[in-house]
Amino acid sequence: MLRRLPEQKGRRVRFLFEGEQVHALEGDSVAAALLAAGAGATRTTPKSGSPRAPYCMMGVCFECLVEIDGVPNRQACLIEVRDGMRVRRQRGAPGLPGEAEDDPV
Amino acid sequence: MSDASEVIVIGGGLVGAAVAYGLAREGASVTMLDEGDVALRASRGNFGLVWVQGKGDGMHEYASWTRRSKDLYRSFADVIRGGDGTDIELKQDGGLELCLGEEDFRANEDEIRRMHNQPGVGENDRVMLDRADVLKMLPLIGPEVTGASYSPHDGHVNPLYLLRGLHGGAQALGARYVSGAQVRKIEKDGEGFSVSTKVGAFRGGKVVIAAGLANKWLAEMVGLSIPVEPNRGHILITERMQPVIPMLLVNARQTADGTINFGNSHEDAGYSTRINPAKLAEIARSVIRSFPVLKDARIVRTWSALRVMSPDGFPIYRESESMPGAFSISCHSGVTLAAAHALELAPVILRGGFNERFAAFSPERFDAAPAA
Ligand SMILES: Cc1cc2nc3c(=O)[nH]c(=O)nc-3n(C[C@H](O)[C@H](O)[C@H](O)COP(=O)(O)OP(=O)(O)OC[C@H]3O[C@@H](n4cnc5c(N)ncnc54)[C@H](O)[C@@H]3O)c2cc1C
Ligand code: FES
Repeated sequence: MLRRLPEQKGRRVRFLFEGEQVHALEGDSVAAALLAAGAGATRTTPKSGSPRAPYCMMGVCFECLVEIDGVPNRQACLIEVRDGMRVRRQRGAPGLPGEAEDDPV
Repeated sequence: MSDASEVIVIGGGLVGAAVAYGLAREGASVTMLDEGDVALRASRGNFGLVWVQGKGDGMHEYASWTRRSKDLYRSFADVIRGGDGTDIELKQDGGLELCLGEEDFRANEDEIRRMHNQPGVGENDRVMLDRADVLKMLPLIGPEVTGASYSPHDGHVNPLYLLRGLHGGAQALGARYVSGAQVRKIEKDGEGFSVSTKVGAFRGGKVVIAAGLANKWLAEMVGLSIPVEPNRGHILITERMQPVIPMLLVNARQTADGTINFGNSHEDAGYSTRINPAKLAEIARSVIRSFPVLKDARIVRTWSALRVMSPDGFPIYRESESMPGAFSISCHSGVTLAAAHALELAPVILRGGFNERFAAFSPERFDAAPAA
C-alpha cells in the first residue's frame, strides 16, 4: 500500500515486530518503518477493540501506540527505530505492572 | 437601534450560562455577552465534580445549598438532555477522599464531626472508612492509605458537555449568545441598563454579572465590592490504562476510556495560567503514594486554570442596592452549583427578594472590621 520513495537511502536497521524481523532505514520512525513494511494494524483500541494504524505521524492522534521493549503505549511516530528493538501491537489498554504477558520471543 | 432584552447576562461560563438557561426557562428574553477565548475561563479547565462532602464547613447555608444542587442534578441532567440533546454524563454513585497517614484521617474525621454539629446542615451521611474497607473498593491503594471519608452524594459530570448543554438549552429557548463581546462599561439607562462592549452596546431591564474573576472590577460599576481572587489548579491526564481507580475520588478519577485524570492543587500564582512543573511533580508524587502502580504511568496532557475564589471560599451573590436590577453572581464550584443556579437562583432574579433569599452569601460578610 505505502511504498518508499526510490531515492531513500541509508543504513539498514533490523528490528522485531510481533517476533518477525522487519527491515527499516536509519532515521525512520517506528511508525514509518511499520507502514513501509506493510505491518497493517499496529494496535487495537481499549474500548471497542477495533484495529488501528499510525495516522497523523506527528504525535497528536495517539493512533500509533505500540509496545516497545516491554514498555506499553509508546507513540511509534515519535520514536526512531534502533537495531534489535522489540515492537509489539498495543492490545487495548496496557496491563498493570506485574501482570505483563511474557514476551514470546 | 434598540438592542434590548429583559436580562443581560455578562459571562458565558458555567455560572453565566446556568443563570441564563434558568432565566430563559422562566420565559425571560436573555442576551448572554461573553468575552471569548482570551478571557480567564475556569469553566473550560475544571475537574467536573458534583461534590458535596466537606462543602460548607463553616457556613451551613452553603452546605445546604450544595446539597440542594446535588439533589436537583438528576432532573437537571434530564432537562438539559431535553433541551438540546446533550448528555452531560452525570454519575452520582458516591465519592471518596483518601487519607494518607494518621493526621489526614483525623482531619477528615474532625471535619465530619464539625459539620454534624453545624445547625441546618441536614442529613449528613458522610462516614469514615478504615483501610480494610477502602481496600475492598480500591484494591490497588498503597501502604500509606489509612482510610477515607465516603459520601453517597458525591458524583461528577463531563464539564464540557455541561457547558455546551447549558448554552444549547438556553439558545433553544431563545436566549442570544454574543461572543467576542468584552464588556467595558455598565450604566444605568432609564429603568434598565446599558452595557457597552467591544462589539457595541446592549440594553437590558436587568443585568447579571457572572464573569468569573472579572466580577471584581465589573461589579464595581454597579456599586458592589466583590473580592474574588484567582487560585490556580493543575490537572494531569494519563495514558489509557486498565482499571486502577474504580471509585470516584476527590482528586482522581478514571474515565470509561481508561485515562486517569488527577489533580487537586491550590496555588496563588496571580493571574498566570502557566504550568508549574514543580506543582505537577508534587501532585504526581501524592497520587503515587495513594496508588503506587501509577509510578510508571505516562502523562499525556496537562493544564492549569484559575479558580474564582472568595476570601472564605463560599459563593458571593448580591443585588446592588444603589442600582437595583444589577446582580453579581460568583462562586467556586460552579459545576456543583449549576443545577441550583439554573433552577432556583435564576427565578429569584426575576421575582424579587434576592438579597433576603441569599443573605448568607452577601459580600457584606467581608466588611466586618477585624477584631482588635
Ligand atoms: C482546576 C480547577 C478545577 C475545578 N474543579 C471543579 C469541580 O470539580 N467541581 C466544581 O463544581 N467546580 C470546579 N471548579 C470551579 C469551577 O470551574 C468554577 O467555579 C466555574 O467554572 C466558574 O464559572 P464562571 O462562569 O463563574 O467563571 P468562568 O468560567 O471564568 O467564566 C467567566 C466567563 O466570563 C467571560 N468574561 C470575563 N470577562 C468578561 C468581560 N469583561 N465581558 C464579557 N465577558 C467576560 C469569560 O469569557 C468567561 O467565559 C474548578 C476550577 C478549577 C480552576
Ligand atoms: S500517528 Fe498520530 S500520534 Fe503517532
